[in-house]
Amino acid sequence: MRSPSRSESAPGDVLLRADNLSKHFPARSGSLVGGREVLRAVDGVTLEVRSGETLGVVGESGCGKSTLGRCLVRLTDITSGTVSFQGRDITRLSRRQLRPVRRDLQLVFQDPYASLNPRRRVGDILSEPLQIHQYGDRAAISRRVNELLEVVGLNASHTDRFPHEFSGGQRQRVGIARALAMNPKVIVADEPVSALDVSIQAQVLNLFADLQDEFALTYVFIAHDLGVVRHVSTRIAVMYLGEVMETAAADPLYSRPAHPYTEALLSASPDLEDEGVAPREPILLTGDVPNPVNKPSGCPFRTRCPYAQDICAAEHPTLREVAPGRHVACHFALLTPDGNVAPHALSARPTTPDIPSPEARTRQ
Amino acid sequence: MPDAAVPPAGDALLEVRDLTVSFRTRRGLVTAVDGLSFSLGRRDVLGIVGESGSGKSVSMMSLLKLIRDPNARIEGEARFEGRDLIAMRDKEIRALRGREIAMIFQDPMTAMTPVYTVGWQIAEQIRTHESVGRRAAHERAIQLLDEVGIPDPGRRVNDYPHEFSGGMRQRAVIAMALANNPSLLIADEPTTALDVTTQAQILALMRRLRVDHGSSIILITHDMGVVFDIADNVLVMYAGRAAEQGPKHDVFHRPRHPYTWGLLSSVPRPRAERVSRLPTIPGSPPSPLSIAPGCPFAPRCRLRHDKCDERPELAGGIVHVDACWLPRDRRQELRRSLIEKAVSEGDPGDLSEPTDSLSGSDSAR
Repeated sequence: MRSPSRSESAPGDVLLRADNLSKHFPARSGSLVGGREVLRAVDGVTLEVRSGETLGVVGESGCGKSTLGRCLVRLTDITSGTVSFQGRDITRLSRRQLRPVRRDLQLVFQDPYASLNPRRRVGDILSEPLQIHQYGDRAAISRRVNELLEVVGLNASHTDRFPHEFSGGQRQRVGIARALAMNPKVIVADEPVSALDVSIQAQVLNLFADLQDEFALTYVFIAHDLGVVRHVSTRIAVMYLGEVMETAAADPLYSRPAHPYTEALLSASPDLEDEGVAPREPILLTGDVPNPVNKPSGCPFRTRCPYAQDICAAEHPTLREVAPGRHVACHFALLTPDGNVAPHALSARPTTPDIPSPEARTRQ
Repeated sequence: MPDAAVPPAGDALLEVRDLTVSFRTRRGLVTAVDGLSFSLGRRDVLGIVGESGSGKSVSMMSLLKLIRDPNARIEGEARFEGRDLIAMRDKEIRALRGREIAMIFQDPMTAMTPVYTVGWQIAEQIRTHESVGRRAAHERAIQLLDEVGIPDPGRRVNDYPHEFSGGMRQRAVIAMALANNPSLLIADEPTTALDVTTQAQILALMRRLRVDHGSSIILITHDMGVVFDIADNVLVMYAGRAAEQGPKHDVFHRPRHPYTWGLLSSVPRPRAERVSRLPTIPGSPPSPLSIAPGCPFAPRCRLRHDKCDERPELAGGIVHVDACWLPRDRRQELRRSLIEKAVSEGDPGDLSEPTDSLSGSDSAR
């Protein structure tokens, strides 16, 4: 009954799809008399989530990854563009119309301290979705609650406890159990392990992997930690200022980033080096992420990009396929069509050794 | 590359011996830090790693007498340039704090008051410890902001903290900490609230600080990657005690304590081979109220045996030491088998199931 492991599974059908999706928020401008401005949290995102895969969404704070997650499960209204689930457009569905869809699309939140009602017992927290979706009579619901607790590594004796009686890791398990209640097809997990201690984080990541194998789940896994994202993801979308900069399968993305932002992000993330590997010289970006209210013209990353040219300010790069399976929104993608590192990428970073691929490491 | 070896004791900037911090609480005596010892050489960077509740922050705050709780009891000795910080009176340590020892915290927003400009706050810091004029202090503030990489410092010096981004705020806090050229900077999770690209900038700044100012740094963090990036020596804390300490490369490449093994292998790494399952440490860090009497890690250790009921002392070498009862010559072999087992068995994670492969048949339970 077990499905093949994450890395081997063939890409399935498109389950969830965003087309030119945007979510804008009204923002107050700096001056008191100034007009209304718009914060472009998600700005024209197009991506697909295929059945059985884990799509990692990575980016720094304010890049719109969480907002994207909430749009995908329709927890928020959408400004423009569409979201479709199993081929059906769910962008404009009413709350009532959404209810059956919600069974299949669930969210796991970052902060297990804030996402569980402190005044309710775990049993009540878990039976609520079951009651709403008319799972069955009381006995059936109680059986299901016990089953859910066991599935996430807790047990039936925990039903009468309150959230504060659990540790952070156990609380996140309760949050996961709640998302699993109605046997969803897709779980969007928004930074589900970033509030946990490292030893607990590993336990919860393993739980996500086990559940995926057991219930053939599809994940959208939103995180800022590059190690975590790589570990869980089949494919990864890198976001910056509300836009997708690059999408690729996990391993090629890490060994040969095609977008300058991906390259900088990877290079900046500290990692333990194996013995005998020369220390890296990280690519240091200058300045900070621009304000999403006043996005730069053209490419959003051009103000910090080491490769930026005049065209980057004038023309907005669209997401295009530069090599098989590699989509990049950049005028000067760092990959050639055959998947090798482009010459301008090599010449522009004389002090930076190529990020060693796993093979290169073992050879040294 | 600086010399990774621990300098001889006489040369140390800070020498901590048997630091113990305990709190009287309604539920009994809680020992947050239990007999911590380390020495920090000049221009050295010491990384203190551990999970929440391991006592890493409390130990540093107790050195600076920043724990104001009347129920707290601080014992031991901490010689900073020959003077014992623990024995110092409040007045003496106040003259030291900010001037010779500076501390920066995780959240840069709480380190600054929102009602004064950034420049005013840095200038005040300078004028508290040195007799310089208002104008001169303001000039120094601009210079410091420039040094930590704030663009257009002449103008930004008059900004309020909320007008700075998170990374700029942390830089301003560092500028403030540097104002009086401290010989020791204690940084408590200085980059945890920051984005990766900003974190890289702050780490580069801290590295430069040691070169330009000759400061020693104690960096408290839970992020092994950050420690690897910047530290010379590493101290791994668990339940208020040192589990392992030594030069960075020894601890990270030849770790000896099962807790360090667990920490290192449970972190998914961005630049290493992908594993299908992460080897985990079962259970969760203990509450300071219920620390095991023997080895504090024993309840979570897969290699627990009878000896672990007794408290292990730090031993095993001159610079690289660990507190564990396992036979030292078999550690690497044990570590490998443990990782293999952890991956293949697929433990549920929350329950400890110690194996009994150690020291013959007399294993616990």
